[in-house]
Amino acid sequence: MQESQRKFDDYLIKIIKGFTLTVISFIIVVTLPLIFVIQLFGRLIEKDFMTFKNYKKKNYFLDFIVYQWLGPNEQAQNHRVFVYFLFPSLGAFLLFVIVPFVQGVYLSFTDWNGLNTGHETFLGLDNYKEIFSETRFLFSFWRTIIYSVLNIIAINLVAFGLALLVTQNLKGKNVYRAGFFLPNLIGGLVLGYIWQFIYNKAIVSLGGAFETSILLGGQSALYGLLIVVTWQYAGYIMMIYIAAIQNIPQDLVEAATIDGANAIQRLRAITMPLVAQAFTVAMFLTLITSFKQFDTVVSLTQGGPSLELPSWFGSLLGLDSLPVVQSTNLVSINIYNTAFSSYELGIGQAKAIVFFAFLLIISMVQVYFNKKREVEL
Amino acid sequence: MERRRFGLILLEIFAILLLALFFFPFLMVILNSAKPQAEIILTPLSLPQNWVNLWYNIVEILTRRNIDYFRSFFNSIVITTTSLLAIGVFSAMAAWVLVRTKARYSYWIFMLFLAGMVIPFQVVMLPLVRLLQIMRNVTGIPFKDTYYGVVLAYIGFGAPLSVFLFHGFIKSIPIDIEEAAIIDGCTKAQVFFRVVLPILKPIFVTLLVLNGMWIWNDYLLPVLVIGLGGDTKTLPLAVANLAGFYDKEWGLILTAVLMAALPVLILFFFAQKHIIKGMTSGAIK
Repeated sequence: MQESQRKFDDYLIKIIKGFTLTVISFIIVVTLPLIFVIQLFGRLIEKDFMTFKNYKKKNYFLDFIVYQWLGPNEQAQNHRVFVYFLFPSLGAFLLFVIVPFVQGVYLSFTDWNGLNTGHETFLGLDNYKEIFSETRFLFSFWRTIIYSVLNIIAINLVAFGLALLVTQNLKGKNVYRAGFFLPNLIGGLVLGYIWQFIYNKAIVSLGGAFETSILLGGQSALYGLLIVVTWQYAGYIMMIYIAAIQNIPQDLVEAATIDGANAIQRLRAITMPLVAQAFTVAMFLTLITSFKQFDTVVSLTQGGPSLELPSWFGSLLGLDSLPVVQSTNLVSINIYNTAFSSYELGIGQAKAIVFFAFLLIISMVQVYFNKKREVEL
Repeated sequence: MERRRFGLILLEIFAILLLALFFFPFLMVILNSAKPQAEIILTPLSLPQNWVNLWYNIVEILTRRNIDYFRSFFNSIVITTTSLLAIGVFSAMAAWVLVRTKARYSYWIFMLFLAGMVIPFQVVMLPLVRLLQIMRNVTGIPFKDTYYGVVLAYIGFGAPLSVFLFHGFIKSIPIDIEEAAIIDGCTKAQVFFRVVLPILKPIFVTLLVLNGMWIWNDYLLPVLVIGLGGDTKTLPLAVANLAGFYDKEWGLILTAVLMAALPVLILFFFAQKHIIKGMTSGAIK
């Protein structure tokens, strides 16, 4: 039994390894030289037009290739242009996204630790079993979900409010728009350092109730992060809402005003339904960015501070003692640390795959429900 | 009427207050990059005693070995501009042949690009590092910490969104123009570079802004492909490097932050309309 299982695993490894190696070597070894050869021959044959014409009627395989790919006729030219034009971006895309992705699925089943590159052993589902029994990972997943929900609500509320404000007939509305948008231009990493200073030095210096930094509290650190990301991202989402609000036909609003609808009634009956599509887009964007949040957390909290695992979470997992976990250790931070601090790259990759599957399902469900709601409205 | 005007004035004041709140972090950066360390600890919220310290801090940043400001700035410029041009032109080329070749495989290749859009970077980052290492071992060409390695990676990761946006735009261009150009004696390549590419200008600008913001501010890909202390390190890496080593020297860190953010802010000041339009219209599609 054991023996046959191992043989099967070996077989599987060979297939997957063979496949990925073929793809890579195909890209590097075959396609690149082929393109040069095609180019070279194409030029030669174009010069020797007459001989080529005589060849094309014969039914040889080589001649078929020549006719289809290398000749001066329109079809061959189209084929060549197709290959040359597609190759740079498709090649880079395959090499840096698709091949690592396929390899990543395989590597998540192995004991890859960074030192045994190329000699990983296949472990089956062991990595996945391990990560689902790892309290820290489950907790960081839970933290990511809480954080994302709060983040989506906060960003969209603030952004919609700001959009309503700057679409009023204000004097400096263009200045306000640009101003609210500004934080979004600066990278999350840099912003994280700015806010770390504000939380840990500037606000603390006020003393009194502000004496301990918000980033040191196990619960409050997440809210600290939330404020930063809302501040950064609300201006961007605001722009999407502004575009939608400006698309509302003005005569609708006027008609409602004449009929005696006040501002709140107009907001509920006209503005809200007509920006529903923008809401779908905004929610999708905020969902994705909150789940993938990385650089702001790195510079703001490095995943910390520590807190004791909430007792309800411990009892849910059936734990006797409550371990110490990290407050802002979101999934992407957790993956990064698993890979580059503990050097358990196989386990890190398995976490990444679970993360990907979860994100895919969530975003599909979200888009589905929002589309349905749009139609109903 | 009187009441409405009063309401508008109140809203105006509210908006100004809100804007002040939004600018508070920037104010903190500017004020505190003009203070020496001791002053920051004592009075982080007050005006600096002597603005000349800002100059001292800037000089310190420019000469510090581990931030290497000029070099990092140059690296950021090189990596961002070459990646932007390469992503733009190559994706437009790919999208054009995918639209204009009516075959089943062009549909499937397009679908592959779309699938790439849903793959988060965190899923491919570990195998990517491994792959770069293997490619180095096999071919002997280093891909880590080189300009072409980073730019190639950006072409790969930027391709899905760019191809998608170009694809949508090219579909709306009537094919008659291209046919006319062919009849006038253009080759296919000439048709693209002389006829189609100029028409793509609006969407090209959108993509320059979208990709530019992403690449200039990116941290995770450079930290993996270049490394914090690499020769081709970009500005975010340099800032992270400084903040990691001198955790308490806030005056210097904030000056570095200011100097890293300043190029983008200056650019925004001049091309505000394009940037806002580019970033939002790209998202909606």
